[in-house]
Amino acid sequence: MPDKLDEIINRHLHLQRDNLLPLLQEVQQALGYLSEESINRIGAALNLNTSKIYGVATFYDQFRFEPKGRFHIQICHGTACHIEKSARIIAETERILKIRQGQTTRDGMFSIEVVNCMGACALSPVIAINDKYYSGLQPRDIKGIIDQCKTNEV
Amino acid sequence: MPSSNLLSPDKLRDFVLLNKVSDNTPEIEKKLSLIRRDTVTKPVIFVGTGTCGMIAGAGETLQSIRNYLSEKAIDAEIVEVGCIGLCSQEPLVDIQLPGKRRISFTKITAPRVESLLDEVLNSALPDGQVLGQYPHPHLEAWEGVRMLSEMPFFRLQNRIVLSNCGIINPFSIEEYIARGGYKSLTRVLRNYSSEKVCNIIEESGLRGRGGGGFPTGKKWKTALSADADERFLICNGDESDPGAFMDRALFEGDPHKIIEGVAIAAYAINARKAYIYVRAEYTLAVDRLKKGISQATEAGLLGHNILNSGYNLTIQVREGAGAFVCGEETALISSLEGKRGTPRPKPPFPAVRGLFGKPTVVNNVETLANVPAILGNGPLWFSGTGTETSKGTKVFALAGKINNTGLVEVSMGTSLYDLIFHIAGGVREGKRIKAVQLGGPSGSCLPEQLLDVKIDYEALQEAGTIMGSGGLVVMDEDTCMVDIAMFFTDFLQRESCGKCIPCREGSRRMHEILENITRRPVSESGHETLERFKGVMQLENLAGVIRDTSLCGLGQTAPNPLISALKYFREEFEEHIFDRKCRANVCKDLRVFYIDIEKCTGCTACAKKCPTTAIIGSPRNPHFIIEDKCIGCGICYDVCKFVAVFVR
Repeated sequence: MPDKLDEIINRHLHLQRDNLLPLLQEVQQALGYLSEESINRIGAALNLNTSKIYGVATFYDQFRFEPKGRFHIQICHGTACHIEKSARIIAETERILKIRQGQTTRDGMFSIEVVNCMGACALSPVIAINDKYYSGLQPRDIKGIIDQCKTNEV
Repeated sequence: MPSSNLLSPDKLRDFVLLNKVSDNTPEIEKKLSLIRRDTVTKPVIFVGTGTCGMIAGAGETLQSIRNYLSEKAIDAEIVEVGCIGLCSQEPLVDIQLPGKRRISFTKITAPRVESLLDEVLNSALPDGQVLGQYPHPHLEAWEGVRMLSEMPFFRLQNRIVLSNCGIINPFSIEEYIARGGYKSLTRVLRNYSSEKVCNIIEESGLRGRGGGGFPTGKKWKTALSADADERFLICNGDESDPGAFMDRALFEGDPHKIIEGVAIAAYAINARKAYIYVRAEYTLAVDRLKKGISQATEAGLLGHNILNSGYNLTIQVREGAGAFVCGEETALISSLEGKRGTPRPKPPFPAVRGLFGKPTVVNNVETLANVPAILGNGPLWFSGTGTETSKGTKVFALAGKINNTGLVEVSMGTSLYDLIFHIAGGVREGKRIKAVQLGGPSGSCLPEQLLDVKIDYEALQEAGTIMGSGGLVVMDEDTCMVDIAMFFTDFLQRESCGKCIPCREGSRRMHEILENITRRPVSESGHETLERFKGVMQLENLAGVIRDTSLCGLGQTAPNPLISALKYFREEFEEHIFDRKCRANVCKDLRVFYIDIEKCTGCTACAKKCPTTAIIGSPRNPHFIIEDKCIGCGICYDVCKFVAVFVR
């Protein structure tokens, strides 16, 4: 892992402050999240305070500071999904997995993220698990989908 | 997919240049016609692979079409296209047989591929899945199939921005050029000065499509006349309004139109560098846009000394990192500079001092997508459509409880009623419409009786809402307006950047007040009830302070959803406060569930799941819910297989 990080940082070394966001995005892409170590090293390489980088990164919803689960469940909570009862889908998923949104299960299998809008409002309510989309869901469908993930894993 | 090496970059450049002059040589014209697929030698299968299509299963459809063709050894071309706008009918598959017109089929999921291709490749039509056929002057028509343009969904539209969406292959620059693309850019670079382009746009009356409605030409002129050595153009594709997906569909369906618009706008303000800021969530859009830019650069339409005009331009795609406030232009600029996306005071306006302190124009995607057509057809053509103050067309993303959800483009001046009941096909399941939400979290809800309002910046403002970026969500009687107001205040308090205290704290307080009136009170006496009423009485006052004292658009418009809901649906708020009742049965704490003893089989599923043991009853006998213990979570409703649980 560290090699990968070095490689990404080196690619951005000659660049200015305005490339901080693309750099963070690339690191998250490679590691799945922004670790404390990666933020420290980006700071050292770009000669920026760690607190500054942390301040920028926490501002944006995209960045996460914990590794995500093997099955990353994104639940859309845009207007269209909301009136199609996506709040109940969120509650049901939280109940089944026994975690809250933004958390990862202890075995590292599942994590839940509530997103503002996926731009698929015409097919609401929508959830995505590792980029596979499910549309037009009912809360009672969630259990089957999660069970299916578990069997696929085994 | 057909690769871009169908023609060499040099040849492509010739195309663009030749396309400009009227006497196209017959040879070129023949090639262009071939690219336009006026005639095809083998069957062509078009699959809609925008995000909406992919979610509906177009990926599997595509794979099973490939399998089918290779199994049966049929020589056919598969083309991926963007979204035509009819998202509710996805996945859409079009087929064009040699000599015949292109015909469109709906809901072609993977299992349906085989029967569809079996029939169509033998010139027969499957039942029930035909959407319609495309018009064409020379090709033979399918008998008994309606024209797409005869469908109410398409008939009332006026597609300028969306003209190519869902029809052409977004990966192919040739197809865009064959349909007249990059013609306007060529004309601009060869014949017009920057001032002239600004004048044309100003004359056309084009206004910002992001919601504000600022005249685009005026903005460009300000930036052009500002004294600086460097200028920037930013295309704002940070579409974070929940309920809006116009920009995504445009990026995915016709990326070259946006690239051409960006290039013309950059030339008009004399910028050498342009940024396209896209939401990172739109992976497909980012991908197609990047491919489009590299194709255009290869063909010499971007980069150094474009078409020998001496003008240089590079376009960079930047992925937004997910912050609603970055849709605001000064916050967007902060974000591009690698900082927290907080807005700055205006003036100085970005057109005077923006990115890195240089004059910067920030335009919405749809605004820029209008630009090539305006320069191609002239400002008078554009201003001929629309109303007195609002010219041209507007793209809307239709979502919510309507039959035809999707993407449409209508002339300004069309009424909301026509849009919802004719184009969108009315409300689902014959229910009554309650409200229409326009403009996302900065907009507001209009009640049924105001739907006659025309789509026009000023008319909508008079009716108490804003044009917004084009998200339009229709709500029926199953929607609770207090809950919707609460949804938006929750969204805004999360997305407030925290710079101005009225917005940061005020939106949170607004949310708390609303939570209070939807929460089940522990007791109806004393302090708590008093607080609840006091809060509601102060809502309007609080909203006024937030509106007047916030720096950017987010804060200034933050009270809109609440104020409009309070104005038009006051009786629903009063019901929540006085009667402790939610008429749509949405507010969790205010609803009580009952069990229909006729339907209950005594399976005990609900009793086992009930978190408060409010359900009693013995196995195989009807169960009963104790009202006082029920917290209205609805789990019993969700687990019941016999539909015996209901809300009263």
